[in-house]
Amino acid sequence: MGMKNRRTKSDSTVILLPKCPTGIQGLDEITGGGLPRGRPTLVCGSAGCGKTLLGTEFLVRGVVEFDEPGVLMAFEETETELKANVASLGFDLAGLVRRKKIVVDYVHIERSEVQESGEYDLEGLFVRLGHAIDSIGAKRVVLDTLEVLFASLPNEGILRSELRRLFRWLKDKGVTAVITAERGKEQLTRHGLEEYVSDCVILLDHRVNDQIATRHLRVVKYRGALHGTNEFPFLIGDEGISVLPITSLGLNHKVSVERIATGIPRLDVMLGGRGFFRGSSILLTGTAGTGKTIISANFAQAAALRGERVLFFSFEESPNQIIRNMHSIGLRLEPLVKSGLLRFHSARPSLCGLEMHLATMFKEIATFKPDVVIVDPITSLMDLGTASEGKGMVTRLIDYLKAGQVTSLFTSLTQGGHALQQSEGGMSSLMDSWLLLQDFEGNGERNRVLYVLKARGMAHSNQIREFLISDNGIDLVDAYIGPNGVLTGSARVAQEDLEKAAALASQQEAARRKRELEHKRAALERQISGLRSEHEASAEELRQIDQQVGTKTRLLTTERAASGRLRQADAKVPILTLHKARNGRGH
Amino acid sequence: MKAKITRQPAAKKRPTAKLWQLRLYVMDQTPKSVMALANLKKICESHLKGRYRITVIDLLKHPKLAKGDQILAIPTVVRKLPNPVRTIIGSLSDTERVLIGLDLRTTG
Repeated sequence: MGMKNRRTKSDSTVILLPKCPTGIQGLDEITGGGLPRGRPTLVCGSAGCGKTLLGTEFLVRGVVEFDEPGVLMAFEETETELKANVASLGFDLAGLVRRKKIVVDYVHIERSEVQESGEYDLEGLFVRLGHAIDSIGAKRVVLDTLEVLFASLPNEGILRSELRRLFRWLKDKGVTAVITAERGKEQLTRHGLEEYVSDCVILLDHRVNDQIATRHLRVVKYRGALHGTNEFPFLIGDEGISVLPITSLGLNHKVSVERIATGIPRLDVMLGGRGFFRGSSILLTGTAGTGKTIISANFAQAAALRGERVLFFSFEESPNQIIRNMHSIGLRLEPLVKSGLLRFHSARPSLCGLEMHLATMFKEIATFKPDVVIVDPITSLMDLGTASEGKGMVTRLIDYLKAGQVTSLFTSLTQGGHALQQSEGGMSSLMDSWLLLQDFEGNGERNRVLYVLKARGMAHSNQIREFLISDNGIDLVDAYIGPNGVLTGSARVAQEDLEKAAALASQQEAARRKRELEHKRAALERQISGLRSEHEASAEELRQIDQQVGTKTRLLTTERAASGRLRQADAKVPILTLHKARNGRGH
Repeated sequence: MKAKITRQPAAKKRPTAKLWQLRLYVMDQTPKSVMALANLKKICESHLKGRYRITVIDLLKHPKLAKGDQILAIPTVVRKLPNPVRTIIGSLSDTERVLIGLDLRTTG
C-alpha cells in the first residue's frame, strides 16, 4: 500500500522512478538513489565476489536505516552460516531475525533425493516466500542464489517458466528484490536470468592484478534511470560493502580564493607571496631523498599551528619515525599530534589492495574531517594497481577532498636520477599546483633545488631555488645562475667567493690608480711650482737687466751730459725721455 | 502428526512390513494436486496395501509447513518413513518413476 502511494506521488512529479536506497556506501550515489523500488534487481558475479553480502547488507540496512523489513531466501547457505558470516561485518542478523524484522528461509533440495514424475510447478516456493513476506510485512526480498534451482530441479522448461512467473509475482507484491546469480561465460548469468530481470542489473567482479585482488562493481543496466556505467572498485570492510567513490565524479565543486601558507616563507613568496589556494590539490614530485616529506611536514605543521586539522597519510614511515626525523630539523610535531590537530595514518602499501587503502582513507577523512590531507607518497599506492586504476583512485580522492574544500598535498616519488616530468603526466593534470624537487650533482655533492612547475590561478616564480635543510628547518635560497647553468651548494658558495674576490680586486685596482694619479698630480704641482719659480727668477733677471741698462744709460748720459757740459753741447732731451720710461715700468 | 508418532511402536513390531508414512503437499484442489493424490493412492494400494498412511497437506491452509520438508514444487510427495527420506515431485503420472523414487521397485 505504502509502496503504491509512493509510486503515484513520484509519477505526479514525472521524471524519476521511485528508488529504494540500499544504504550501502557509494552504491546509492552510483545508482542515483538506490535500486528500482518495487522491482527485482539482478546482482551477478563469480564465486566469492560479494553477492550474498550485498544482498544481506541490503536487507540489514533496510531494517536499520529505512525501517523496511526483509526476507532472505537462501539457496546456498543455511541460516546459521549466514548469521555467522555477516556477524563479522557488524550486522546483527540474528538479532534482527529475533525481533522479526528479517526472515531467513533456507531452501535446500538435494537432487539425488528428488525424483520427478509428471507435471509440477513451484507453488511451494511462492507459498514460502509469500508467507515470509506477509509474516513481517517485508518490503525487501533477497533470493540468494536462485540459480541453484537449475541444479536441483531436472526440468528446466518448468523452472524457466516458473521463474518468469516468480519475478512477475515479486513485482506484483511490490517488494524490492535482489536476485543474485552466478556469472556466466558468455552471458551475464550462467542460466540467463538477465532475460527475466530487466529493470536493473549489477555486475560484481573480483580480479587479481599483480597478486592484488580488487573487487569491482558495475551497473550494467538500469532501466529508466541515469546511472554511472563505469566500473567502480568496492571493498568489503568491517562495516560491510563500500563502493567508491563516495561522491559522484564531477567538476562542479566550490572553489576558494583563500590562500594558505606553506610553512616555508620563501615558498610562499614563490607562490605569488601567499601560498596555496585552500581546497586545491598540490603535487610534490622528486626523487628519493629530495625532501618531500620535510616539505609535507612543514606544511602540516603550519596548518596545525593555524588551528586547522591535518591528516597525514604515510605509506613509508611510521608516525613516530616522522616525528623523530622532523624533530631533527626543528619541527615539533608531537605537541600537535597530542592536541589532536595532527593525525597520522601509517600503513604499508602492500598491506592490502588499492581499493582497500582508498576506502580506509575515505573512512579516516570522513571521521577526522581534516582541513588538510597529506599523502606521502601517493606513488606507493599507485604502484599497487595498474596505471589507470591508480589514476582513477587519485581522481576519486582529489574529487572527494575538493568537494569538502580540503587542501591536499600528494608527494610523488620519481624514479631515476632525474625527476621525469612525463612520468607524472597521468597525475599532474589533476593537480592545481606542482612543485618539483630535484637533485643537482656536481663537485662531489648532491644539492636539492625546488621549483614551481605550475600553480593554477596565481602568479608564481619561475626561478629555481636551492633548498637547504638545517637544524633550524628548511630555507630556500637563490641558486646561482651563471653561464654554466645553475650552481648550487659549494659551487654556488665558490662562485659567490669568486665574485667577492673579483670585487675586492677591482676595488684595490681603483685605489692603486687613484694613488698613482695623485702622485702624478703632485708631481705636476711640483713641476708647476718649479716653473713658477723659474719664471719668477727670469723676471727678476729681466728687471736686473733693465736696471743695469738704465744705470748704464744714466751713467752714459750723465757722462755725456758731463762731457757735453764739458763740451757746452745742449742734449737735454734724451735724459728726460729715459726718466719717463723708467717711471712707467716701475709702476 | 502426533497420532503417527503413537503408531510407530506398532510398526516396529512388524519389521518386515513397516508402516509407510507419506506426505503429499498440494496447493488447493488444482488438477495436478488431485491427480497426484489419485496416482499416489493407486500406487500405494498396489504395492503397500495396508501398510501405508498418506497425509495430505494443503499449503494454502498451512503455508508454514512448506519450510519443514523443504517444499518448492507442488505437488510433492515426501516419504517420511521408512528412512531415508525420499521426495518425488510432480503429478505422479509416471508410475515407473514413482516406484523408483519411493524405492519400491526392488522390494515390490
